[in-house]
Amino acid sequence: MRHSLAVRIGPIGYRIGADWRAPIDRLRDLYRDYPSADVPDFTVRLSATRPWRRWIRPSVAIAGDFTLPEAAPLPLAQALLAAEMAMNLQLALGGRRHLLLHAAVVERDGQAVVLTGESGAGKSTLATLLAARGWRFMGDEFALLDPVTGLVDPFPRLVSLKNGGIAAARAAWPHARYGPTLAGTPKGTIRHMVPDAEAIAAMDVPATPALLLFPRFGAASDSRHVPPSEAFVRLTQASTNYVALGEAGFAALTRFVRTVPAMAIDYPDGDAAVAQLEALWAMR
Amino acid sequence: MADPLFRAPTVDLLHVCPLDDAFTAIFHRASGITHLLVSPAPEILAALADAPLTQAALRDRLAAAYDLADADPQALAARLAELVEVGLIDAA
Repeated sequence: MRHSLAVRIGPIGYRIGADWRAPIDRLRDLYRDYPSADVPDFTVRLSATRPWRRWIRPSVAIAGDFTLPEAAPLPLAQALLAAEMAMNLQLALGGRRHLLLHAAVVERDGQAVVLTGESGAGKSTLATLLAARGWRFMGDEFALLDPVTGLVDPFPRLVSLKNGGIAAARAAWPHARYGPTLAGTPKGTIRHMVPDAEAIAAMDVPATPALLLFPRFGAASDSRHVPPSEAFVRLTQASTNYVALGEAGFAALTRFVRTVPAMAIDYPDGDAAVAQLEALWAMR
Repeated sequence: MADPLFRAPTVDLLHVCPLDDAFTAIFHRASGITHLLVSPAPEILAALADAPLTQAALRDRLAAAYDLADADPQALAARLAELVEVGLIDAA
């Protein structure tokens, strides 16, 4: 690769290479407060879809040890999104040290709230709003559940804000550093935000999972208990490597759902969700 | 023809984890498949763990162990068929 960057996010080391200088420079700037990765776990390549496409209507293909055949190339202007997707994909499909759950995680007093949900459930926005209220941001994409300790390791990558979440995050974090606004991506409008300094400084400090939430945006405030069996099924679906981990994944997930209380919450807006979560936290 | 014997994996081949009042998760080490079972399937597997049994002997065993005075033979046959179908027990 002509241009490359090594960065460590929590326990995961990445090397990101690209045919172009601009996206690497942009990533280097956004990740400038992160440590370098000595020995990367994963290598991500952003390469031109055809040799001449380095210059003519530049188009980025995602490559690494794992690829999705249907992943469409992205225009160069969306290279940051391409890098994010590629970094997620390598970890999602290649990660074996943790049980990976699609979730945002925040922490207080050493105890973690795991917010899991599909893309669009509001994980990133909620984690950002909670971080502005004194919670530690541990990640907005994957909860890294350590099968040995049962703890959650941080993965505080750049926050990937989407659509309405962008304005909400900017209101909560007016002085944070942001990447460019990426309009018209397959996921809508995207903007990356650098997590606060505390989140980056504590990227090696795990937390004990204490509350599991299944948030759903767009309905009146409501909540209900989720029994361990339902949480188990939903988390097998929210995990990218449950099957690959075999019995270690089974043991980690059954331990998790049997020890961590779970709630489903509906919320009409971010402020309501924060209030609901803090009320549940106080009652746990 | 003799009644078929139902055979379950030995205890060391299953990782059994009750999740709540309703469901028990079972990891089948041989296949790597996770099963989510409701009663009486976990009890059937436990009763068959030591030695294969005919359906009648299994019914007696379950009745004694779980105080089932009127265990329904048809229901038990259906549960056995389901467990055979998912590969957790074998009929021979």
